[in-house]
Amino acid sequence: MIRYLYGDELDTSPLLQHTMFLDRADQFKTRLGWDVSLEENGYERDQYDPLNPLYVIYQKPDGTHGGSMRLLPSTGRTMVNEHFSDILEGGEVRSPFIWECTRFCLAREAEPRTAAALMLAGGEIMENFGVKHFAGVFDARMIRIYRMIGASPEILGSTGEGREKISVGLWSFTNEARQRVAQKAGVSLALSKLWFERAFGSDTIMISESA
Amino acid sequence: MAALERASGLEDLQAVITGLRDTYQIDHMVYHWVNSKGDQYGCGTYSPDWVTRYIEQEYLRIDPVILGCYQRFHPVDWKRLDWSSKAARNFQREAIEYGVGNQGFSIPIRGPNGQYALFTASHNCSDLEWQGFTKQNRRQLILLAHFFNQKALEFEPDRVPEASRNLSPRETDAMTFLAMGLNRAQAVDTMSISEHTLRVYIESARFKLGAINTTHAVARAMSRGLIVV
Repeated sequence: MIRYLYGDELDTSPLLQHTMFLDRADQFKTRLGWDVSLEENGYERDQYDPLNPLYVIYQKPDGTHGGSMRLLPSTGRTMVNEHFSDILEGGEVRSPFIWECTRFCLAREAEPRTAAALMLAGGEIMENFGVKHFAGVFDARMIRIYRMIGASPEILGSTGEGREKISVGLWSFTNEARQRVAQKAGVSLALSKLWFERAFGSDTIMISESA
Repeated sequence: MAALERASGLEDLQAVITGLRDTYQIDHMVYHWVNSKGDQYGCGTYSPDWVTRYIEQEYLRIDPVILGCYQRFHPVDWKRLDWSSKAARNFQREAIEYGVGNQGFSIPIRGPNGQYALFTASHNCSDLEWQGFTKQNRRQLILLAHFFNQKALEFEPDRVPEASRNLSPRETDAMTFLAMGLNRAQAVDTMSISEHTLRVYIESARFKLGAINTTHAVARAMSRGLIVV
């Protein structure tokens, strides 16, 4: 299932938190060789994790991490603005309607549908919170995965070569893309909505009230 | 919006928020902020009796809106919050008695250096009416919330200068082409970017300029001499 957790809520799911930060270390340090530092406990955490971001996490049936992404509003501090300004040609992206999506991570042996389920969750956020675009930082492999699940970002630019290549891109989400991604995720839109409402509550109006 | 732009002190914001409340024809609008030192400031249209009562009873500790928005950055319809505890239900009943309204929409904002603010619209109406209102006005309310916060930050006596609000080169280009009367498709062609990317540049420029729509943004960019047509 998809979990939506702010940083200060991660402690309520210790196993999920533990495996997420270890999987991030595995992906970004071990597999991609990015210049990220690991903590003593082996976690990959950077300067943006203490800012209480919103994590969208695919939780496997055994309670461990299957994949995740990290969201921050572009009106505050973001990695895109602080580290990839050159890709934006010296500019900063700032708007309450644009959120940053970074540390898109998939556990080793993650099911192919994991990435699609995460994108579908991104769509819920856009629709329910009035977000129009995500500005993301991701590795080259993710570009192929995004294309496969039918939700390709538009790439603004890249730095580095080979497996160290890092790209900045933009997403928006049309209704058709949403249907497509839901299919790839093997998750109905109703279930996706239910997961969202478990985290953020429901604003559904009871029929009896509106009648 | 113009009144908000002209505001030159915190006292002006009270008049602005009252005017906005009237424009939107709802019962209340409130803006409240706290910085990292614990300083507080608020303006809004709740009755003084309710504000006094709220402070006396230390409702800050049980108010589901505060509990649900603190340290968050997504907008919240009050329906989505947890009102299940007895304390919360009593609080809600009392708030309604004091005229706060049975409906609300709150937008938390994270400013620089631990500054935190909450912008709220509340009203007394049916669920269906409220759904219609928020659907129609959500975007504007989110913008207003951020503009209010930017304005309030300007009045901080020892504020740290904010990251530059300058337009990036591509944002400047986008604004310039629109000001020249190009439509979006033409601007996209000229800049060799996609429609999608153009929208992001416009969106970001609009926010930096404190503008409510694209036409307004273009006018502002021109009047500030940021673009040359």
